[in-house]
Amino acid sequence: MNTSAGTTARLLGAGLRALLVLTALCGVLYPLAVTGIAQATLPGKANGSEVTVDGEVVGSHLIGRRYDLPPKDGQETPEPDLTWFQPRPSNGLGTNSVNTQYALVLSGATNRSGDNEELIDWVTDAKAAVVADNSVPGHPVDPADVPPDAVTSSASGLDPHISPEYAALQVRRVAERNDLPVHRVAELVRDHTEGRILGFVGEPRVNVLALNTALKELAESASAH
Amino acid sequence: MSPVLAGVLQMLALVAALALAYRPLGDHMARVYSSTKHLRIERWIYRAIGADPATGMRWPAYLRGVLAFSAVGVLFLYALQRLQGTLPGSLGFASIDPDQAFNTAASFVANTNWQSYYGEQAMGHVVQTGGLAVQNFVSAAVGMAVAVALVRGFARSRTGELGNFWADLVRGTVRILLPLSVVGALVLVATGVIQNFSGIHEVGQFGGGTQQWNGGAVASQEVIKELGTNGGGYFNANSSHPFENPDGLSNLFEIFLILLIPSAMTRTFGRMVGSPEQGYAILATMATVWLGFTALMMWTEFSHHGPAFDLAGGAMEGKETRFGIAGSSVFAVATTLTSTGAVNSFHSSYTGLGGGITMLGMQLGEIAPGGVGSGLYGMLITAIVAVFLAGLMVGRTPEYLGKRIGTREIKFTACYILITPALVLCFTAAAVALPTPADSMTNTGAHGFSEILYAYTSGANNNGSAFAGLNADTQWFNTTLGIVMLLGRFLPMVFVLALAGSLARQSPVPVTAGTLGTQKPIFSGLLLATVVVVTGLTYFPALALGPLAEGLAS
Repeated sequence: MNTSAGTTARLLGAGLRALLVLTALCGVLYPLAVTGIAQATLPGKANGSEVTVDGEVVGSHLIGRRYDLPPKDGQETPEPDLTWFQPRPSNGLGTNSVNTQYALVLSGATNRSGDNEELIDWVTDAKAAVVADNSVPGHPVDPADVPPDAVTSSASGLDPHISPEYAALQVRRVAERNDLPVHRVAELVRDHTEGRILGFVGEPRVNVLALNTALKELAESASAH
Repeated sequence: MSPVLAGVLQMLALVAALALAYRPLGDHMARVYSSTKHLRIERWIYRAIGADPATGMRWPAYLRGVLAFSAVGVLFLYALQRLQGTLPGSLGFASIDPDQAFNTAASFVANTNWQSYYGEQAMGHVVQTGGLAVQNFVSAAVGMAVAVALVRGFARSRTGELGNFWADLVRGTVRILLPLSVVGALVLVATGVIQNFSGIHEVGQFGGGTQQWNGGAVASQEVIKELGTNGGGYFNANSSHPFENPDGLSNLFEIFLILLIPSAMTRTFGRMVGSPEQGYAILATMATVWLGFTALMMWTEFSHHGPAFDLAGGAMEGKETRFGIAGSSVFAVATTLTSTGAVNSFHSSYTGLGGGITMLGMQLGEIAPGGVGSGLYGMLITAIVAVFLAGLMVGRTPEYLGKRIGTREIKFTACYILITPALVLCFTAAAVALPTPADSMTNTGAHGFSEILYAYTSGANNNGSAFAGLNADTQWFNTTLGIVMLLGRFLPMVFVLALAGSLARQSPVPVTAGTLGTQKPIFSGLLLATVVVVTGLTYFPALALGPLAEGLAS
């Protein structure tokens, strides 16, 4: 019995030493080496692909965010600021429930199934809102033209992109709100539409932050003249 | 180009990349596990461990090594999380509660990486990089070691010795996983995955004000998360988070990493038993299941049946724009046919049948191509069942790779096959029968049942993905899933190693005209049928109550 307990202790001791050595290798040296190389060669990407305008960081090329009006008193969900191109809904975005000392950007999906009543309501409401917001006099939006990404939440809740179709749908509204000619805004969307990588990898998309940054520049230069 | 065609081309690119890597990597791994030489760094490690890498171990000794190393891993990871609040470099994050710390420790050591915590708001640098990421490496290396031990059982004769566990563990980590990870991590950084230690910091935002980001060593963890078929995300949204998976190219690369080692290990197997054709036959079955499942998944997701998807005009709920339907479907199948469980889209919001495909993929035992190591030994066990069935048909004592499959061998095989379904079905039944676990469901009806069935399927098969509507951070789920993950990982390993020991003792049976040609396409077909019949039928009643009911109703 004593020898068996001794053997077990020796074996666990060997296991612990193996774990500690491999932790030093895989948990300390390896991440430090990769971080060192990444920071030396690709610092911009390794630090989150920050987008800078006039020396000011305005966000990440990769992280989507909302473009809302400041919430009015007693309002639970802020209204979208229709001056800007709107991103996808993000009903599943997490809230700081564990670490309330921070106001972290959290990620998360709704996890609602296709037959979930709440999801059906969200999609119905989102569709009605997209149609109402983007219909301008003389150019009503046909509900059948609203693309799926406009009315569904993404997986991360931080989707930085919208489909080119959803961007195109917003052109008239954005032009009207910014007092810009429609063709200029449409051109902006075309310039910011990215195709599939190598022609077949991923999906066509428009980066909303890049588009709104360019829109802001365009609106400012137009009002300056 | 239509999205469907783009998806097909992405699959072709994936197949081509895997085919290119198959021989060099498979041969490299065979050399690593057969070599008698030791690198200098390995010698240092053996000295630290106090192990002699040249000592051959019989199966009980090999198993004791696996269990001791894993037990220490669970305790260490548990302690690290419980002490997080007092450790430096933890960004001020609090210690993890006992039930969740147990669940997470069991999960990462069992190569499952089920997560009942929110990565970005629960785990600091020390636990993520020094604890969780380390288990991503070593739990994968343990899986590969056990698979190699089984292969040696076939390859060796009249010996009880299966190799040295410490040598296999260290070599798998140092010569296979680490070099691939360094290269892969830098590729990921080049696509935009972050790699820094800036912690939580303020960043300016469009329209004024600031936002708070959580930095971290993400690329170095992301690469081994996929390569080691682990799946535990740095962030809550896992591989759908743009910092983990920034574009279509990183997405395809991550899918490649998931499938890379499990598929190449069939080559390693073929080389080690002296006949690469034996490996091809197994690979053919794996590839057939993988291609078939991917085609089915694309079909159901593109046709998007379900009230909410019909209304939206497409099944884009829980999917990212840059991946689309195709990139998400390919990832979902790869992650559930292996023991990965990383997600780039949320399976709970797939169509009813799509969700069923992810579940069935895991229930097949994750053998197409399966987890790192566990995929190979799972498929070899299924191959034994297949030759046994063939033997029954013709009235011959079954043999596989020159080894007789006698009573003892088939008993171990049967135990292996039965453990996982027993864990899944018993615990699902208990969770549904008890009054409180169902409170964790987000969806009701068939989909609510699927959330629980998915959780135990994922836990027992060491997958780790979820129908994440289920609130799994309760004492019941943390505790039972922790137990299920440990039993689902280590009980099968007991039978694999016992079987390996039994095979290694035998003398080889000479090949005769009556020997079943297990390197032939007809055997691949038989193997496929065995997979479908044995595991598929076990779960049919449970699947009928969940995803099939939901899928047929819409």
